[in-house]
Amino acid sequence: MSTATWLDIGWVDHIPVRGSRTVQVEGGDDIAVFRTAEGKVFALLDRCPHKHGRLSQGIVHGGAVACPLHNWRISLSTGEALGEDKGCTPTVPVKIDGGRVLICRAGTLKAAG
Amino acid sequence: MEHRHLKPDADTREHLVVIGNGMAGCRAVEELLARDPSRYRVTIFGAEPRVNYNRIMLSPVLAGEKCFDDIVINDAAWYTDNGIALVAGDPVAAIDRAAKTVTTRSGLAESYDRLLIATGSDPFIIPVPGKDLPGVIAFRDMDDVDTMLAAADAGGDAVVIGGGLLGLEAAHGLSLRGMKVTVIHLMPTLMERQLDEAAGWLLKNALEARGQTILTGADTAEIVGTGKVEGVRLKDGTLIPASLVVMAVGIRPSTQLARDAGLAVGRGIQVDDHMVTSDPAVLAVGECVEHDGQVYGLVAPLWDMCRSLADGLVEQHSGYRGSVTSTKLKVSGIDVFSAGDFSGGDGCEDIVLRDASRGVYKRVIVKDDRIVGAVLYGDTADGGWYFDLLKRQEDVSDLRDLLIFGQAFAAGGGAADPKAAVAALSDDAEICGCNGVTKGQVVSCIAKGAHSLDAVRGTCKASASCGSCTGLVENLLALTLGDDVQSGPKTMCKCTSFGHDDVRREIVAQAMRSIPEVMQKLHWTTPDGCSSCRPALNYYLLCALPGDYIDDQQSRFVNERLHANIQKDGTYSVVPRMWGGLTNPRELRAIADVVEKYNAPMVKVTGGQRLDIFGIKKEDLPAVWADLGAAGMVSGHAYGKALRTVKTCVGSEWCRFGTQDSTGLGVKLERMSWGSWMPHKFKIAVSGCPRNCAEATIKDFGVVCVDSGYELHVGGNGGIHVRATDLLCKVATEQEAMDYCAAFIQLYREEARYLERTAPWIERVGLAHIVARIVDDEPGREALRARFLFSQSFSQDDPWAQRAEGAEAEHHAPMARFIPQGEYA
Ligand code: SRM
Ligand SMILES: Cc1cc2nc3c(=O)[nH]c(=O)nc-3n(C[C@H](O)[C@H](O)[C@H](O)COP(=O)(O)OP(=O)(O)OC[C@H]3O[C@@H](n4cnc5c(N)ncnc54)[C@H](O)[C@@H]3O)c2cc1C
Ligand code: SF4
Ligand code: FES
Repeated sequence: MSTATWLDIGWVDHIPVRGSRTVQVEGGDDIAVFRTAEGKVFALLDRCPHKHGRLSQGIVHGGAVACPLHNWRISLSTGEALGEDKGCTPTVPVKIDGGRVLICRAGTLKAAG
Repeated sequence: MEHRHLKPDADTREHLVVIGNGMAGCRAVEELLARDPSRYRVTIFGAEPRVNYNRIMLSPVLAGEKCFDDIVINDAAWYTDNGIALVAGDPVAAIDRAAKTVTTRSGLAESYDRLLIATGSDPFIIPVPGKDLPGVIAFRDMDDVDTMLAAADAGGDAVVIGGGLLGLEAAHGLSLRGMKVTVIHLMPTLMERQLDEAAGWLLKNALEARGQTILTGADTAEIVGTGKVEGVRLKDGTLIPASLVVMAVGIRPSTQLARDAGLAVGRGIQVDDHMVTSDPAVLAVGECVEHDGQVYGLVAPLWDMCRSLADGLVEQHSGYRGSVTSTKLKVSGIDVFSAGDFSGGDGCEDIVLRDASRGVYKRVIVKDDRIVGAVLYGDTADGGWYFDLLKRQEDVSDLRDLLIFGQAFAAGGGAADPKAAVAALSDDAEICGCNGVTKGQVVSCIAKGAHSLDAVRGTCKASASCGSCTGLVENLLALTLGDDVQSGPKTMCKCTSFGHDDVRREIVAQAMRSIPEVMQKLHWTTPDGCSSCRPALNYYLLCALPGDYIDDQQSRFVNERLHANIQKDGTYSVVPRMWGGLTNPRELRAIADVVEKYNAPMVKVTGGQRLDIFGIKKEDLPAVWADLGAAGMVSGHAYGKALRTVKTCVGSEWCRFGTQDSTGLGVKLERMSWGSWMPHKFKIAVSGCPRNCAEATIKDFGVVCVDSGYELHVGGNGGIHVRATDLLCKVATEQEAMDYCAAFIQLYREEARYLERTAPWIERVGLAHIVARIVDDEPGREALRARFLFSQSFSQDDPWAQRAEGAEAEHHAPMARFIPQGEYA
């Protein structure tokens, strides 16, 4: 049983800039891990608040991602839908250590539920 | 130059021993002396065989702007005058905390009452084969500079690995010293930790203009050479010759000594607010420490740390609270400034100013009325001012509109109301610098009926080139017309004041080559665009630069990035090409096998005469494509703004009414046009007679065969607004039908706006225009056809085959798997 509070999911460099990768969580939804043009990394549940589109597949611009299904814009840092749309996707705390990406274990479990 | 220092019997003061004769170690001693010059007896150990110097000035030394003597901070006299013993050139090898002694490599031991560790950082050397060859160095101390100068004297090629601050300063110096320099940078843009994409692009251009070769997105595989370095090989196979390789990929806090001594070490030596480590007798300062989870790689934080440290040593605790940093690149003639957090995000507002003619880009990031970050390129005069506002957390709401113009302007130089400012301009004040148009000319052009921005651009040309005066022209329109201003044709999106046609025209006219370049030259108001403009720009560049432009995958909608259609449950559908609607047992078998092997829940005959396999997982796509590819099938582009299907009917070969080989022509047309990227999807059909079983008259390009030849139809659409085609013309031969089709597609590719299908495009420009270009103008048609075929020579690589072979695997595989009850892999 792993008791680590942070999960090491891999190198930052393995996430495309302005792109994302996913972390599969057994028995739950995927976590989408994004990297912005500015090099910041964010993790969110890979599920749009609208109709559950895979946010990891959207276009990343600025600090937001456009959902691939109906183009809602979701803030990467808060998970809130931006503009006129209303809704929120759970976020997972992230930290970078020595080029590795770590996501919060508890946050992952809670989000992927 | 090692001196042994024996403790004078008379000196009963506490002994402070410093490990590291660098910037932080000596500064700490200076701060201490300033507070209480007689409190401690001081001994400094330094690994480098020289006195304390200003490390950041190694760059100007390399560039030939300074010599070593100019950069010395404390000369030998300083040590003597202050009674400091310096042991230089003999690094400390061990700390014994129980005995309170340090021992050097040569065996000299010294006891301490207080120990200060200031060992700085070690350059990070990427673990590639050949990293230990002579001629491979880092850029950290004066010895490295000496090695570089010797290499430069011998001339030849240098490779600098790393396009951050350090690497670019090394490259600049070596290039000034006459070496041919190539910079290899892993990331897509230079200095990505300090600069955003727009500024990084400007910087790359400026360095290239100075003769350096800059390779971004380039990954080093190995350093080659026998006995000494001879070159660097990249992962893509490219070999770059080099007699000198400088690795400037990053630094790691130098913590080995502390770790061996059992001190608490994370990323750096962990210290509290007074720079005290886990052992109260041991302090640490500089780049080797970790304070509050942060490590630093710049000098400004060291000064703050040294102050708190010295306060602590003389018992006037002040406490270090972390630092906000700003950076500048020390390359003469290139002004770059960056401070704070420029990653944007929630509640953050970007204020962007781009002045293409002066090569200026400024971006200030504001959150809750406070500046949180700034990136400046080309004009950094206001860097200090923004940094000051940032550090002081000043409320800038009153300055908001003028902030980006700088301190002079915001402090009252400019009138606060932009409209009033424009009204105050004289008639011969120049509004549009690119086209030399004065205010008087713009006003008179508005008076003569140009009531929209677009009309002004079309008549007197103001704001028609770089667009930086758009705001001024809009204010003039508002001043002259009040409420009668007509809004022009829609702009591409909120990021720009230009419409699609303007952007396309300027991409070609100014020979632009990348998305950041377009955004800079056309004054985008956002740093990296949005999901509307990025795919459009990517297409326009692709169309303008066949074979040359590097497609930006992250600017494509998911379907085009994954070469499959996303479904509402996040799975994908896969549609292989069936040329002209024809198939055979081998293909059908392969499809059947895939459906079974990957548990596809559904397979369906599409309205486009082929089969669609539904419910494939993203991870399985490459394997599915490999299986289909083995049976000879390629991508059907059912997901793309591209050629979709070519529907055919059975035609003269079987049908009792068929007049020509409609199936054969359909296959030929599909073979000619598959793989081409277009403004929107494009469908073709060929019917063997006017009964039109292939529904050719609702296709983008439709052929209806007749006894005497081929009727060519264009602009049909069966979608939301059904539109029957217009008859373009009739031709006699199959070859002509193919040639006209190629020319028509290319005209559409070059002139239609992104996401405009042929039907609305033709309604907008008129059929007469198409006839004039395709039917009446034979050389023009030939040229269009030739351009289409040229661009096709680059686009008919099956994207599925590339992915099946492992290209861009990151798009398909998850990064990690996590099993909550156990370990994760
Ligand atoms: C699979 C298919 C339906 C079927 O089961 O037969 C289909 C499926 C979709 N069509 Fe279609 N269209 C299909 C033939 C058609 C046809 C018939 C034809 O091509 O002869 C039309 C009308 C002809 C035309 O395009 O003018 C058609 C007109 C549309 C439209 C409306 C286009 C328009 O200009 O108004 C859309 C929406 C769009 O593209 O924005 C659309 C969009 C879509 C999308 C891509 C919706 C979407 O954006 O996700 C559907 C994707 C399903 C999937 O995931 O695979 N589909 N769609 C057909 C695939 C053909 C193929 O082999 O590639
Ligand atoms: C070329 C270059 C340009 C730079 N430009 C800038 C700039 O423009 N702006 C900016 O803010 N920063 C710049 N920096 C970074 C800046 O120089 C550092 O932040 C600063 O020098 C750190 O100070 P320090 O005392 O922690 O480490 P250092 O200055 O590296 O001092 C550490 C010293 O400890 C010695 N040492 C290590 N281990 C031992 C041991 N076991 N025994 C004895 N001695 C030991 C080392 O030899 C070294 O002399 C630049 C750095 C370089 C290399
Ligand atoms: S008609 Fe509508 S529902 Fe059916 S495939 Fe086309 S887009 Fe989807
Ligand atoms: S599911 Fe994301 S926008 Fe509809």
